[in-house]
Formats: sequence, C-alpha cells, structure tokens
Amino acid sequence: MADISFLLLTFFLLTSSIDTDQGITRKLPPPPDPNAKPPDIKERNVLKVLVNKSDRLLVQGQPIDIRQLKDRAKEFLTNPKNDPNLPEVEEITVNNLGTVRTTKGIISLKNDRGTSYDMYIQVQNELTAAINELRDDLSQQRFGTKFADLTNAAYSEAIQKAIPVAISEAEPENIGGQK
Amino acid sequence: MARFKRSGSRSTPGINTGSMSDIIFMFLFFFMVITTIREVTLEVKVLPPQASEVQKLEKKSLVSFIYIGQPRKVSLGTESRIQLNNQFASVGDIQSFVAAERASRDESEKNFITTSLKVDMNTRMGIVTDVKQELRNAGAFKINYSTRKLAKKSED
Repeated sequence: MADISFLLLTFFLLTSSIDTDQGITRKLPPPPDPNAKPPDIKERNVLKVLVNKSDRLLVQGQPIDIRQLKDRAKEFLTNPKNDPNLPEVEEITVNNLGTVRTTKGIISLKNDRGTSYDMYIQVQNELTAAINELRDDLSQQRFGTKFADLTNAAYSEAIQKAIPVAISEAEPENIGGQK
Repeated sequence: MARFKRSGSRSTPGINTGSMSDIIFMFLFFFMVITTIREVTLEVKVLPPQASEVQKLEKKSLVSFIYIGQPRKVSLGTESRIQLNNQFASVGDIQSFVAAERASRDESEKNFITTSLKVDMNTRMGIVTDVKQELRNAGAFKINYSTRKLAKKSED
C-alpha cells in the first residue's frame, strides 16, 4: 500500500509542472465595419506611438527611448497642467468614486511587420505600467490600497472605469517587410 | 521541590510511523490535483519575452493556446510557424481552430475563452498581426500575450 502510494507520488512529482501562465491581457476590437465612418477624434487627444522594423520608437514624431515611454504616457493620460497640447480634461462621475478628473487621451500604437515581438511586448509593458501606476495612485488616494490589492469588486470596477486601458492599435498596414 | 526520577537507561523513543501514510496520501492528492499533464508536444521553439506588468491566467480550462516560433526541426528552416494543437498550421486555419475550441466548451463558458499567444521573442510582428486579425474575425477578442516574469525594477 505504502509502496504504491509512494510510486504514484513520485510519478506525479515528476510529471507535474506548475505552469505559471501569465502575460499581458488585452482585448481586441471587433473587426472594422467598412461602412462606418472613422470616429472624429481631435488631434490633441491621440498619442501616436510608432515602432519601426529596427525596433526604434517614435512618439508624436520624435524618436525617444523606451525608458521614457512610461512617463510620457502618464503625462499624456493625466495632463496635469492643463496643457492645450495634451488631451482634453473632463470630470466624470463614477459610482463609489464621485467626480474624477480624467482626460480623453487615447494612445495609438502602430508597428511594422518587421518589428520584433520582444520590442512590441516591451512597449505594451511600458504602456500597461503607465496605466497601472495611475490606477494605483487613484486607488491609494481613495481607498488606501493598491489597485491589485482591492478586494471589493465594485471598487476595482470603479477604478477601471475612471482609468480605462486607453490603448488602441491601428489597423495593420503591410509595411516594413518580413525582415 | 519536585524531584525527577531517572529510571533505567535513557533511550529515545522511536517515531510513530502510523501517520506517515496519511502524509504521503496528502502529498499524493496535492500533486494529483495541481498536475496538468501537457497534451501538446511543442513543434516550435517558444521563449516568451519578459515583462513586469503581468496578470495571471485565471481559469485553465478556458484558455486555448496558439504557439508561434521557429520550428524545432532544423530541416524545416528558420521561418516562424504557427502551431495549433499538435501540428503546424497556417493563418487560415485559425478560424476553424477557434470554432473547434468553442465547440468543446460549455454553452455558458463560450464567451469567456481567452486565447493565449505563446510567441517567441525573436518572432517578427507580421505573423503575429496576421494571427490577431484572424482572431478578431473569428470573434475571439480576449487575448493574452504570454510572457516570462521579470523582477520588478526598484523605483529610482
């Protein structure tokens, strides 16, 4: 009896691999409607992030380093000084939070076919980090804990509503080649 | 004052092994429950990129995987290929793959299927973009870019 259970134990010990499947979760938009008009979005509300086939970054027409991207995105999404070149600020009312100051900013991400997946994930990671930090700040301010540590589902929903994942990926174009 | 008598020679009593089988059984059940026997053999090399802002995939049973990377067999060249289930596939096979994954789940869970993209870090985005477009057309909107955990950099 003990032998058999030992045997089974060693078998499961060896075959088990505690898979820690983790990653960056995203929601894809539905396929574009060919008849729909493109939404009218003001120029100041869009942060254009381009990644070319040599993995270089271009933000609003300027080449920048990936390490600057997070702060750039945070500044863009909050517009702390009401800069007329940064997105429009609006006050919205969210359940459990009351009035929150947000912006209409959207980050538009575009990559070439030749961009490496590693670089793409790094860019996504930095942008996610920016949003997570903003959420943490708001959560800390209102509820006293980090966003990830919120136990009340209604609270985390409120934070998600106040700071949405405002990342939009441009419709792909065949540029940049295979290499 | 109490006195303690010491009678005879001192010998340590043997450990009671009666409960050992219970402990072993507990271990056994633990490993049986957490084990996921891998049902796919990877035909492509996948070393996911590192990222710090990761979320864990919640329900294992609601995740379907798409692997993209260079073939393991050198004879198949170095161009990145897509693997669905146990075989190589092309971009055109993704819609039927998504449909099959949907059909194998319960009616109530169909809308919660997450597609996990396990993509090698050296892959070019072209093939990934094609896969994403197909997923959009197939209606599988929830995706997860699989990454390796990176130790969070200290605030500086």
